[in-house]
Amino acid sequence: MSFFYRLLHLGVILVALVAASVASFAQNADEAFRRLAADSYSDTTRAVEILVASAHPNAGLMVEALGDGRLLAGPGGVVVKTAAGGLVDARTGQTLAAAPEGLKAVRLNNSVRRAVQAALGGLSLLNPDPGKRAAAAEAVFKSRDAGLLPIVETAIGKESDPRALAALRQAQAAILVAKPDAQPLDRLAAIDVLRERGDQEALATLRALSGEATPALRDAQAKAISAIEGRLRLWDIAQNLWYGLSLGSVLLLAAIGLAITFGVMGVINMAHGEMVMLGAYTTFVVQEAIRANAPWLFDWSLAIALPAAFIVSGAVGIAIERGVIRFLYGRPLETLLATWGISLILQQTVRTAFGPTNREVGAPAFMSGAFDLGGLAITYNRLWIIVFTALVFLALLAILKLTPMGLQMRAVTQNRRMASAMGIRTGRIDALTFGLGSGVAGLAGVALSQIDNVSPNLGQSYIIDSFMVVVFGGVGNLWGTLVGAMTLGVANKLLEPYAGAVLGKIALLVCIILFIQKRPRGLFALKGRAVEA
Amino acid sequence: MNSNRREFLGTALAGAAFLGSSWRPAAAQQETIKIGILHSLSGTMAISETTLKDVMLMLVEEQNKKGGVLGRKLEAVVVDPASNWPLFAEKARELITKDKVAACFGCWTSVSRKSVLPVFKELDNILFYPVQYEGEESERNVFYTGAAPNQQAIPAVDYLAKEEKVERWVLAGTDYVYPRTTNKILEAYLKSKGVKPDDIMINYTPFGHSDWQTIVSDIKKFGSAGKKTAVVSTINGDANVPFYKELGNQGIKATDIPVVAFSVGEEELAGIDTKPLVGHLAAWNYFESIDTPENKAFIKQWQAFTKNPKRVTNDPMEAHYIGFNMWVKAVEKAKSTDPDKVIDALPGIEAPNLTGGTSKMLPNHHITKPVFIGEIKDDGQFDVVWKTDGLVAGDAWSKELEGSRDLIGDWVDKKCGNFNVKTNKCGGGA
Repeated sequence: MSFFYRLLHLGVILVALVAASVASFAQNADEAFRRLAADSYSDTTRAVEILVASAHPNAGLMVEALGDGRLLAGPGGVVVKTAAGGLVDARTGQTLAAAPEGLKAVRLNNSVRRAVQAALGGLSLLNPDPGKRAAAAEAVFKSRDAGLLPIVETAIGKESDPRALAALRQAQAAILVAKPDAQPLDRLAAIDVLRERGDQEALATLRALSGEATPALRDAQAKAISAIEGRLRLWDIAQNLWYGLSLGSVLLLAAIGLAITFGVMGVINMAHGEMVMLGAYTTFVVQEAIRANAPWLFDWSLAIALPAAFIVSGAVGIAIERGVIRFLYGRPLETLLATWGISLILQQTVRTAFGPTNREVGAPAFMSGAFDLGGLAITYNRLWIIVFTALVFLALLAILKLTPMGLQMRAVTQNRRMASAMGIRTGRIDALTFGLGSGVAGLAGVALSQIDNVSPNLGQSYIIDSFMVVVFGGVGNLWGTLVGAMTLGVANKLLEPYAGAVLGKIALLVCIILFIQKRPRGLFALKGRAVEA
Repeated sequence: MNSNRREFLGTALAGAAFLGSSWRPAAAQQETIKIGILHSLSGTMAISETTLKDVMLMLVEEQNKKGGVLGRKLEAVVVDPASNWPLFAEKARELITKDKVAACFGCWTSVSRKSVLPVFKELDNILFYPVQYEGEESERNVFYTGAAPNQQAIPAVDYLAKEEKVERWVLAGTDYVYPRTTNKILEAYLKSKGVKPDDIMINYTPFGHSDWQTIVSDIKKFGSAGKKTAVVSTINGDANVPFYKELGNQGIKATDIPVVAFSVGEEELAGIDTKPLVGHLAAWNYFESIDTPENKAFIKQWQAFTKNPKRVTNDPMEAHYIGFNMWVKAVEKAKSTDPDKVIDALPGIEAPNLTGGTSKMLPNHHITKPVFIGEIKDDGQFDVVWKTDGLVAGDAWSKELEGSRDLIGDWVDKKCGNFNVKTNKCGGGA
């Protein structure tokens, strides 16, 4: 949609430009066509520049098509393949029935792509849509192409939308700062504009200040840089806290099922990670089915995968509990070994069924990309995972506190024999509790498929962290798990910038060891007559 | 996998029964030549190594269709070292002493190679190692068919400096021997080219690292110093997917900060939506997209063998293809499968690679290879944007590092893996 829109406007602008410089384009454009057919990146880059300068009526169309890999060139001419699949002769603009022989798509590399972006930025600065103008200004800001200064200044003169105007002024400032022969006074003003913008891009632009600079200019540059750096440092702390929160939510999600099976039931379940993996593979299967049968449902695929993953992992969990674990209650070492064996079996089964390589789980549109909140860059997938974790946590809390099943679960945990004497079928409750814990792990798998590999090894990378969270938070207490996960996440992310990822993790483990020495039962020890007490 | 094992067992039993019932000298004539395949089929490395096992089975099958070697059929013996380094050594011993293999093809990680090395030396057998590695090694019993650092890392950095005008470098890697040594070499190389220490950022992460938020934003910050910045990634295996996802989500485009990777190939990209990654780079000696008749035939054969028209090919597979053909030629030249004779016959052997050239086994047991830089396309393949003019000879010892500058490996004249050309002594200076 946006493509046609832009195309239409490009056409309008270009017609205006053509009127201005009709005389020169024919000869220049010929050179551009020749260079496009040369199949060399430097020729292609040059051709883009020539095209823009020549104001050929189809320049916008061609540059846009080049960026999308739809421009075909060869000895037989240059042809644009429209997004709808039609063919247009780039020279004349006529529709063609078939492409001439020997045409190949013009190949791109990063420098060609940069040239295309800058060209499109320059071409859509006068676009009727203010959003497009702002985006174009941003592209110019990045390219700092001095040749675009006149157009930017024209655009500023005509601009009425405040957001686009700000973007245009910043683009102008970026060009001026990078332009050695600009008026020093203009450059001083430009530095102020960049200082106001105050993000990393502005910093980069300021540092790139080039050419002969007056002392006043150097001074202003240094001041602006330190002002921006000071501001960014504060945002950095906030950013690290956010990362910590996000890592904590991932840890919580992975550990929360374990908080039930290990924390509440006391089963050391080494196959917990594989339940997460099964959830992720269920997501993959659901997405494949949707891709094959109902592609329009794709944005809902995760919502559909959630119940499926809960059921698959939960069912496998119940099967494990009934088949193996119930014979081993009270024998932690044997349980550990048996569930370790089960985890290997599950891994290899999945490897045989789906192959050893990673599977691609797509991200629905609402989970891709990022937005800026002040100086924070927040990615949507992390945001949604935090929200999802909170929902799962609250739901689980509600089940344990408010439902009869939760009551029975807590009763069995706290005193099995007494609960049994009160008429609770402890065996059934065990199976259901284990199923619930495994099902929640399956839900975690759906979320983790968005940020991690979907491979047979997925679970292994989370099992240690999950145990760490549950032990640290205090066995048998959901709130403990929450606080434990968040503490570990935030501590990890605050340490990482200083100590590095490897040392940061080691430091954290040392802290936990020391902490467990002091408080063997974790942050929130369960008081009362727990079975093993 | 299991079915293969069963088949071997079946053949072995049938063979035994045959020998028992009618003992004739002709039976010895028909005896197969065994080849060991030492790749993990379970555990973390299975993701990469299983493919190599399959490609070896395909090559063996193909060779048998052509009549085998020296008139005898080949037989692949597959074992599973399960991504467990000590188990690699045990399985290697089992292959050599119990199965009496003539040569082994295997290992992926450097630590697994180091773990089997004493076994191959002690029992005097041959290992073909197909993966790009950190160099600084030349052993009599090992033939390195993957890239040495000067066949991958250095040309990639040269490309970025020349074509992308990169002045600031992030060297990001997983924390183990290959990235650490490679980054040491690259750091020395960049400094020798006049890059200031301030313009190099080195970062290591644990295996399977999945939370890249901090590091990616650090890279973003590092890249905002007003100079063109690039990331040289030796991040290994599974950690790449979340790394690239985070790059895409934080909006770092290849046109802003390109990432050139040494461990990301077609296989790894199969698990990612590559649209946000278009333009990021990889340096290899082979890409599936390279348009030669040999490569087309190989891809067709591979997809037919795996019965999967979507299966991709990658660089280590080509390394095995070259290594296997070199071994076959060397056996035919030596007219024997005796490892000692084959080791002596191998240097100088030439075999076609899949990119239109002919690779040669060098006296230092490395091979000559072309170097390609490819950009990721939106279909998960690579578009070759640059290649070396000819083939590059692999250096066993890096010219960039202080301790190894004067060393060469030469198993033809000097019979030594670390010969010091300054002191004219074997084993000096390393």
